[in-house]
Amino acid sequence: MKLTDEQKAMLEGEYGEGAAYAMKIEVAIGESFDAERMVPITRAHVALSNQDADLWFAEKMLEKGAHCRVSPTVNPGFCVSFFKERGLVKDEDAEMMMRTHNAYKGLGATLTYNCTPYVATNIPNYGEICAFSESSATPYVNSVWGARSNREGANSALCAAITGFVPEYGLLLDENRKGNILVNIEADMKSDFEYHLLGYCGKKIGPGIPVFTGLPSHISPESLTNLGAQLNTSGAYGMYHIVGFTPEARTMEEAFGGKKPERVVNITNKDLEDILEQISYSGNRKIDFAMFGCPHFTLNQAKHIASKVEGKKLSVPLWILTSYHVKELADRMGITQIIEDAGGNIIPDTCPDQPCWNWLNGKVGVTESPKCAYYPKRRGIEFVIRDLDTCIEAAIKGEVI
Amino acid sequence: MGKRYSCHKISEGKADGEALVSLDDIMFYLIKPETGVVIEPSHDLYGKSMAQKILIFPSGKGSSVVQADGLFQLNKNGNMPKAMIIQYPETVLVSSAIIMDIPMVDKVDPAFYEDIKSGDEIIVNADEGYIEII
Repeated sequence: MKLTDEQKAMLEGEYGEGAAYAMKIEVAIGESFDAERMVPITRAHVALSNQDADLWFAEKMLEKGAHCRVSPTVNPGFCVSFFKERGLVKDEDAEMMMRTHNAYKGLGATLTYNCTPYVATNIPNYGEICAFSESSATPYVNSVWGARSNREGANSALCAAITGFVPEYGLLLDENRKGNILVNIEADMKSDFEYHLLGYCGKKIGPGIPVFTGLPSHISPESLTNLGAQLNTSGAYGMYHIVGFTPEARTMEEAFGGKKPERVVNITNKDLEDILEQISYSGNRKIDFAMFGCPHFTLNQAKHIASKVEGKKLSVPLWILTSYHVKELADRMGITQIIEDAGGNIIPDTCPDQPCWNWLNGKVGVTESPKCAYYPKRRGIEFVIRDLDTCIEAAIKGEVI
Repeated sequence: MGKRYSCHKISEGKADGEALVSLDDIMFYLIKPETGVVIEPSHDLYGKSMAQKILIFPSGKGSSVVQADGLFQLNKNGNMPKAMIIQYPETVLVSSAIIMDIPMVDKVDPAFYEDIKSGDEIIVNADEGYIEII
């Protein structure tokens, strides 16, 4: 790979040991993908996870004196004050979150603690080269905004933020952004929920860049968020196209770059029903809690829940996970009050896959998100998966009907 | 000397050990760190251990945060695979392998996939770009 003088100097340690190590990793990634050069980025998002490897790597970088040249937004860990006040989190877990906070603060990250920056605080322009990690983020910035990011890992995105460069390969190049799988949607896409299930069809869709046709003409940001999140739970997708909707797929021809699809897949109502059957904890049953916001809920979704629970009493706890700024708006607009009066909470800065939920071990919840159900399995938490309105009804009644 | 096949280095190093072949993509988070056993239902390696094996699989899958942590936890327990042979590199998996110092290769001679089966003893030499079935 050809490096500029600046990049060489960085690799050789002139910008400090941390930048040199980050550059070494970036170069190794570039060489494994036969990249010819490194190109500058203007945005980054790091999927901070507050897990052992994440903290290990962030602290290692900080010890080496690294500082982000492009300050990245970051994913949620958990809201220490919320869980500490309620005695729901062990001291050692709270301490780890504080260490993660301090490490990323020291590295110069923008401490948003939100997994949907692409609809709020970190929105790239068309064609902008950036380094986004986080499963729902990469497909969104590539597909919906037409920006250019590879499907970065949390570590590689942090290296990009530190060096200010990424190797040029994959989705940064025109020729790799064309679709190769035609996915005909014959299923009824009634709400944001069906996009969760469609995204979960990764095994049937197969590897590559899917081109969706047959979707409704209006698709909400929430639906698109769900689609990307689940595509990367059931498989690994950096990009998709929706013909007549996403900017690089105005026509079928443009979406496929004039080539024929390598594969054609039809998705029917039966496929979505089968997926739901396969991933949801079985049957209609009593539940212990309801959890929403994986990916983080928008203000509209929080408002929707408020409209359904206003003046009612929930039978089980209901948590809406969201960003700090949506929480702030919800507070101002009285949405938080309505939800708290019913017995629920809006929690900022928090992800379902965090130690603050360990106390739910052995319990069964309800959620509309397959991703929310997937990762907490290893904490011994199970979920019945249903559409949002059925979930809200379940939280009111205490059972899924 | 056994039969050799060419390959392309992703992450440096070499290793030898028992091959474990998966037809499904792998997410290192749904592996029990204490045993290396795959706990993801409906995965074709479900119930099998990847500890200290040479893992042959198509590609990675799952949320971008979890691959590195899954491998980190396996490594802490001494149950990380010794090397990985993949078909479809993706950045999350590649950067995780480099950071965790696991040898990884791709672009393997197609004949390898006809010959290899789980249980074979093999050598992966990423630095010199070959795999050998002993």
